Amino acid sequence: MYRYDEFDRDFVNARVAEFADQVDRRLAGRITEDQFRPLRLMNGVYLQLHAYMLRVAIPYGTLNARQMRMLAHIARTYDKGYGHFTTRQNIQYNWPALSDMPAILADLASVEMHAIQTSGNCIRNVTADHFAGAAADEVADPRPYAEILRQWSSVHPEFSYLPRKFKIAVTGAPRDRAAIQVHDIGLHLKKDAAGKLGFDVYVGGGQGRTPIVARKIRDFLPEEHLLSYTTAIMRVYNLHGRRDNKYKARIKILVHETGADEFARQVEAEWAALKDGQLTLPDSDIRAIEAYFAPPPLTPRPEGDEAVKLARLDSRSFSEWLEQNVVTHRHPDYAAVTISLKGIGEAPGDATDEQMDAVADLAERYAFDEIRVSHEQNLILPHVARADLKAVYDELVRIGLATANSNLITDIIACPGLDYCALANARSIIVAQNISRRFAALDRQRDIGELKLKISGCINACGHHHVGHIGILGVEKKGAELYQITLGGSGDENTSIGEIVGRGFGPEEITGAVETIVDTYLALRSAPSERFIDAYRRLGPQPFKEALYAGEAKAA
Amino acid sequence: MKVLTANRLTDGEAVWYAAGGWQETLEGAETVADKDGEARLEAIGAAAFAANQVLDVAVIDVVLAAGVLVPTRLRERIRAAGPTNRNDLGKQARPLAAPAAA
Repeated sequence: MYRYDEFDRDFVNARVAEFADQVDRRLAGRITEDQFRPLRLMNGVYLQLHAYMLRVAIPYGTLNARQMRMLAHIARTYDKGYGHFTTRQNIQYNWPALSDMPAILADLASVEMHAIQTSGNCIRNVTADHFAGAAADEVADPRPYAEILRQWSSVHPEFSYLPRKFKIAVTGAPRDRAAIQVHDIGLHLKKDAAGKLGFDVYVGGGQGRTPIVARKIRDFLPEEHLLSYTTAIMRVYNLHGRRDNKYKARIKILVHETGADEFARQVEAEWAALKDGQLTLPDSDIRAIEAYFAPPPLTPRPEGDEAVKLARLDSRSFSEWLEQNVVTHRHPDYAAVTISLKGIGEAPGDATDEQMDAVADLAERYAFDEIRVSHEQNLILPHVARADLKAVYDELVRIGLATANSNLITDIIACPGLDYCALANARSIIVAQNISRRFAALDRQRDIGELKLKISGCINACGHHHVGHIGILGVEKKGAELYQITLGGSGDENTSIGEIVGRGFGPEEITGAVETIVDTYLALRSAPSERFIDAYRRLGPQPFKEALYAGEAKAA
Repeated sequence: MKVLTANRLTDGEAVWYAAGGWQETLEGAETVADKDGEARLEAIGAAAFAANQVLDVAVIDVVLAAGVLVPTRLRERIRAAGPTNRNDLGKQARPLAAPAAA
């Protein structure tokens, strides 16, 4: 894992001291809310319905046990005993007092964490494949590049006041688990025929009120040009991005209105002036950062096969969890484990302080002190010996985190929605909880197979509904909650934006509507192996529309 | 019928205006029923914001249901009670608290 150097440490400590002073002055009434608001946002502090909210950065979703224990400590000491892991691989606390913020940030700094650039019109936390460094299909670990981008973008003077927020995601595998095509910049790390590393560069993807799939503007950018080329993109955006209209200020609108080819031409022209200059990454620097992410010593543990076999014979629930939540590791004796934060009927992404502490213990004992947060709001132990899987599972059962539902219909992404968020128009969590309870039976979920269900409580789409196989968007209509359904979205290497299927459903109807859609799929799929998304792409929306609305048409 | 609400500066707690000050529960908040009353509440809110006591100031619609003040919008009912998925959190979890929002 990356470790702070002196510069990082001094920088974060200086920021804590600066913000502590700003909070003091605010509490003393010496600065107004209008003056303070941009300062607090730069430090991750929002105001929501019930209290302030603090969003803590977890760079590329990677943290160690000590850091996880600090997140638990903060939940226990300054909040109400839990935290909410987000689709940006971060964690949010829903109840901290403004007067406690300096103490919280000081605690975070003590474990090399902070809340810098988790809000505001700057380059946000760079996200990455949550199986980075572990996945069997990975070409190279994307996190060293995410770290390079983090260092470069932190308080970058030229890019601290962009037209709008800016999100970068990196993957190092052909199977895209980082949803790079719905980011402002998506980087796909690959190797050329000569074995050299470089990136396919995607630009202008995003969700929100105008969902757009990113356009690839460059094939194979050699790795040493990462910062010069990214700077060229940022400059074109900073110059031409619309500052007159908040809703048209993201780079996706600029790329769309300019045209991807013309946008790429402008980037190339800017890059021509930057290329091979001081932003070129020396190979020694890349390799030095890479060394921080060196894989742990994965000593052979060949006894794992036999241990797993015996444990499976002994426990059906372990067997189901293994099939659902454990994925192949590049080392045959190891596996990557998804710890579901989607217990049946629970709020997606929430974890208690005790659960966080227990996951930290597990990471230390069985997983080389590494934990990931996935953008799907789960936790990951990326390197677990297969021989230890049963022990890990038993502990997860004890702490209530052994739900075997990864990638199934109850593995729902949901934003905090109207239960917490000042921007929301409708609730998300209870919709997720009701659907989760309706589909609680694991046999039924496994029969349905892979199904990504994603819920947002407003058009800003923090719950990624546009790329849900089934997406649900909550709106407010005539003072009541109404839920629109989109179908056919996908946030992987075959990214697509879901299509609205028809009129929306009330809070009491939405669970049944989802069930109707699922039943329609089950009846029409060509074989159990045909996933929901594949069936939808083959069938189109019509059978689903008929199932949902046919009764109305007849009545009319 | 309308009441004045905001969030307290120090901790973000949702508060309502009553009897010359800010309280943590909606019940007992000062209600107004005409434009003049509304303008008065707005002026009080603006002054409290300027004095750095509160933020996110708003005058909101409420109705009297069975003798209890209930906000018209769900958003405001949730502010007055707490998250609907966790009755152990927010004002609804406190003694003599507001009823749950939904």
